[in-house]
Amino acid sequence: MSGYFAEIFSGTKSLAIGMGITFKYMLKPVVTVQYPYETLKMPERYRGHIELVKDPETGEAKCIVCGMCQRACPSGCITVAGDKREGEKKKVLGKYVLNFTTCSLCGSCVESCKSGAIKFSKEYNLASTRKEDYILDLLQRLKEQR
Amino acid sequence: MSVLAQCDSKETFVLNLGPQHPATHGVLRVKLTMDGEYIRQAEPVLGYIHRMHEKMGENRTWAQFMPNTGRLDYLSALSYNHGYVLAVERAAAIEVPERAEYIRVITVELNRISSHLVWFGAFILDLGGFTPLLYAFDDREIILDLLQAVTGSRLTYCYFRFGGVYNDIEPDFITGTLAFIKRLRARMPMYHNLVTKNIILVKRLKDIGFVPAEMCRKYGATGPVLRGAGVAYDVRRAEPYSVYPELDFDIPTHPEGDSMARYLVRMDEIEQSMRIIEQACTKLPNGPVMAEKAPKIIKPAKGDYYAAVEAARGSFGVRLVSDGTNTPYRLKLRSPSYSNLSLFGEASRGMLLPDALALMGSLDLVIPEIDR
Repeated sequence: MSGYFAEIFSGTKSLAIGMGITFKYMLKPVVTVQYPYETLKMPERYRGHIELVKDPETGEAKCIVCGMCQRACPSGCITVAGDKREGEKKKVLGKYVLNFTTCSLCGSCVESCKSGAIKFSKEYNLASTRKEDYILDLLQRLKEQR
Repeated sequence: MSVLAQCDSKETFVLNLGPQHPATHGVLRVKLTMDGEYIRQAEPVLGYIHRMHEKMGENRTWAQFMPNTGRLDYLSALSYNHGYVLAVERAAAIEVPERAEYIRVITVELNRISSHLVWFGAFILDLGGFTPLLYAFDDREIILDLLQAVTGSRLTYCYFRFGGVYNDIEPDFITGTLAFIKRLRARMPMYHNLVTKNIILVKRLKDIGFVPAEMCRKYGATGPVLRGAGVAYDVRRAEPYSVYPELDFDIPTHPEGDSMARYLVRMDEIEQSMRIIEQACTKLPNGPVMAEKAPKIIKPAKGDYYAAVEAARGSFGVRLVSDGTNTPYRLKLRSPSYSNLSLFGEASRGMLLPDALALMGSLDLVIPEIDR
């Protein structure tokens, strides 16, 4: 019988301690970010999908079409193509497509790039119901930035 | 008289637990032969999330497999990164600068704390308590923010490289980490008051779900499951790697072998990880974070290599067979949860269903790592 009352006592005590903690935290400020109304600034190293870097001198993409990123990618989600144009010494970037559906954001491409022509974007709002929305034409995006 | 003998009726039924069940934490199916509320036989059915990680390893270069390692166990991805880079560094004989080793230890231990915090929340959630999860996630969020600032991602990290780490840490990271440890130290008594001492938890876990050391040996269970059976086995001490020999920490053990022991081991491990991080932050030397001589294209000499690390769930081993080319010939991943789950069938025999779920929760299973 004494065990019965001891259990009731210890149960009530546990409950009181638990409720005490809950009430203490209830009066503290909210810790969550109220997402659609508030957003967080992404840190410097945040790895979003990749983006082409513009050459400040020419205003064109810095990419020299060496294809290192394409080879470094574990999932083969980068397609780079360029052509040799008359009067130009280097190849000119003609196509840079990222298939974001298979990208695992490992950063191998950015690491492999010798000319610093790609960087991570800070974008994270990428929800869509269409697969085509994730086939990103990065060259087109660069042009639109102008 | 054993529980099974007490209810020795001939009528049994099969109960499917999963593959979609909140308590199995992912796509794990357990076929339970039930005798009323008691489990006669439990048979885990695996393979629902098998992604052929080992086979994928054979089809890409050594470096290209890195992102896969972060996707085995999404809760402590850095430990898996570490296991793989360690194996490849051993194979290709790459020296890692000391600063990089310390950075690895700090980030891995932070990741271990975050993993244990998720386990803590999810485990209590399995037992029917919702509130502790929110407190645990509040603390974990700070770790994720810290690691995000360093690695660039929040969950499936790919931060380590053969010969070092991707990029150096900032002084902000160290101050942030130390501030976080101070905060978590202050929060631990709250966790113990709210959960550990709670009479409901004690009644659900104490003297229930025995996994004795002998059973662990039989199934190869490691990590907190083994330490909860009183065996002080930790890869960080048994087969020292990185800079762990230079750091002072204990291996928490609890000899009882019940669900409560495994719970307490993990709670103590959080404290030990905090100790490790503090020491590593003070000892952190200056210098490069990437070996200068690290080759760009890895071609380990022909041979068989093995490296193991202590992940949050136990011993994670990587066995590499190299034929001297730029892709692995064979890549075998030994994941701890697979062994830890294997003992569930034997351990749960004769248990009540809700108690067996508490046992399963205390094993801390991560399904993608079991199936690989």
